[in-house]
Amino acid sequence: MTGRSTGFRTVPDAERRGKGPVVVIECFEEIPCDPCHEACNQGAILAFDDINSLPEIDFAKCNGCGRCISVCPGLAIFVVDETWKEGLAVVRIPYEFIPLPHKGQQVKGVSRDGVELCDATVVKVENTKRHDRTPVIWVEIPRALAMDVRHIRVGGTSFDRQET
Amino acid sequence: MQYILTSAFASNANSGAYGINSAMEGMGLVMDDGRIKHHPILEFKEGRKVRFTFDGKELEGYEGEPIACALHAAGVRVLKESPELKRPRGFFCAIGNCSSCLMTVDGRPNVRVCVERLREGMNVITQKGKGVLLADK
Amino acid sequence: MSSLLTSEICVVGAGPAGLKAAISARDMGAHVTLVDSEVNLGGQLVKQTHKFFGSRGQFAGMRGIDIAKLLADEVSRDPSVDVMCESQVVGFYEDGTLAIEKDDSIQFLKPERVICAAGASERMLSFPNNDLPGVYGAGAAQTLMNVYGVKPGNRVLMIGAGNIGLIVSYQLLQAGVEVAAVLEAMPHVGGYDVHARKIQRAGIPILTSHTIKEAHGTRSVEDATVWALDSEFHPVIDSERYFEVDTICLAVGLTPLTELLWQAGCRMVYVPELGGYAPLRCENYETTHPGVFVAGDLAGIEEASSAMIEGVVAGLSAARSLGYETDGFEERLRLAKNELEALRQGPTGQKVRQGIRRLMALREVGEGI
Repeated sequence: MTGRSTGFRTVPDAERRGKGPVVVIECFEEIPCDPCHEACNQGAILAFDDINSLPEIDFAKCNGCGRCISVCPGLAIFVVDETWKEGLAVVRIPYEFIPLPHKGQQVKGVSRDGVELCDATVVKVENTKRHDRTPVIWVEIPRALAMDVRHIRVGGTSFDRQET
Repeated sequence: MQYILTSAFASNANSGAYGINSAMEGMGLVMDDGRIKHHPILEFKEGRKVRFTFDGKELEGYEGEPIACALHAAGVRVLKESPELKRPRGFFCAIGNCSSCLMTVDGRPNVRVCVERLREGMNVITQKGKGVLLADK
Repeated sequence: MSSLLTSEICVVGAGPAGLKAAISARDMGAHVTLVDSEVNLGGQLVKQTHKFFGSRGQFAGMRGIDIAKLLADEVSRDPSVDVMCESQVVGFYEDGTLAIEKDDSIQFLKPERVICAAGASERMLSFPNNDLPGVYGAGAAQTLMNVYGVKPGNRVLMIGAGNIGLIVSYQLLQAGVEVAAVLEAMPHVGGYDVHARKIQRAGIPILTSHTIKEAHGTRSVEDATVWALDSEFHPVIDSERYFEVDTICLAVGLTPLTELLWQAGCRMVYVPELGGYAPLRCENYETTHPGVFVAGDLAGIEEASSAMIEGVVAGLSAARSLGYETDGFEERLRLAKNELEALRQGPTGQKVRQGIRRLMALREVGEGI
């Protein structure tokens, strides 16, 4: 159904990720939605000519600012920085549960299917009016897991618990 | 909110069971405070606290909330008994459509408590059967 | 008996469709009476804590609760819209008179046009003990927790992985309620993939090709047995699994709330893709009963975003039929229809497109009850 054929994808390749923070949009189903394009002031998330199209990203233009993260109704947008520190990456994750973790807190890095993968350190919590109650949590994790950690589990809460 | 805790309830709570089983009902006042205290998106503005009676026992709720909500927050799940098979029935649709929550309120039978608003001093009774209509005024 | 009230346009239901219909008709210059059974305007928007899909025109990226406030404020401060809350339309007579119940008394209103936007009700599912307290409509559980701040239970089994099942599961987690699993009878998730991913990340299993076999409990739900379904939806022998839950939420679809349309004598047709019996209507959302328009889920089950635009089409058309004319009317109507078409264009709109095609074909041949 996509009317475009730009060849742009929603997930950056390893080469681009090696250059600095960059957006990863895990939106793989055509649904009527376009706020990510509206949120991007770098022109990296291309305009939709059909609102049902998948987003397309010009990764050369994305500077990893993360303005799009909390705008996505599907909570499907992340920013990955594989250049954070030697052996460590930062993933920015939209997180709408309480309690919110605080900077410096140890949490668990969780996979797309809810499995705890690693220890993670919260390095920043963004939660301004602009985030509209969708805080963005920056977590530091092993670099090798940068494309696997997509959620966090905060200790001491009965919310958002893993089922066995 | 003040609720009387019993050991029967405490053991229920520990085992993860919620609501009331028949043993609990026999004991009268039920007290699980099923209110959401903190929420990542919402803030709940609590109205004026009011007292009402449920099957003769005093309970508290917030003025203006549906009666069913106040009962549910207090752990009451059985609202009526079906007329034919005498089965327990509770909240279901929340829009006043399904008639699963008909109770007798201040002497009036068949009140849809999922939409009827709580007021101070209401007398709410588990309805058994079809209820008796008051004579037309 | 009270006297007969009059109005130019009566909008029944102040959800996303009704609010937009009222605003659009008002924009044309019409005087509108907006009637709703609830205290607060917004219909089901008042419990939608998630950010909406769609485009800017339908407030995409805004939470449903905030859209409700925005639209409710707009009609509330407008003197050309009379708002009647806690008022339920209980009768629609053939001569166009509406019976409205408020505070245990009935008022009669005879508007020149009616826009029916009463929404939908949740479907039931057959299984042993489905009448036990603790078996709730998923939307009802959502009302309990998001409008009134009361937990529907401590541990929930969700039946149905359409958007409502997925969204309510996520919101249960936000309210601090455990979700044991989400069951889906179809071999695939029916709702949006991104909604499914949100709860999968949180560790909630979505069991496709599974349904509930039976609920158990003496006075209320204590646990449930589920089983797998084969490709023909027959239960798979010995596939039973057991979940200790105190609440079972049914998210197995919606059906249009069309009682008033039946009473009015609008021709109705059964269209499964639209959720059941739906009114025959033209492109401007006028039914076969002249002067009676429809919008939103009552016209066919869809999303809130499309309900709002249907409200625009119905509101503009109803006002136009009363002789109101504004510059740009044609353009606004055309844009709204284009927007509707665009929303339904993708794969997720396929079912609705099919339903509407069927509805229009039945209209052509003069079908309907």
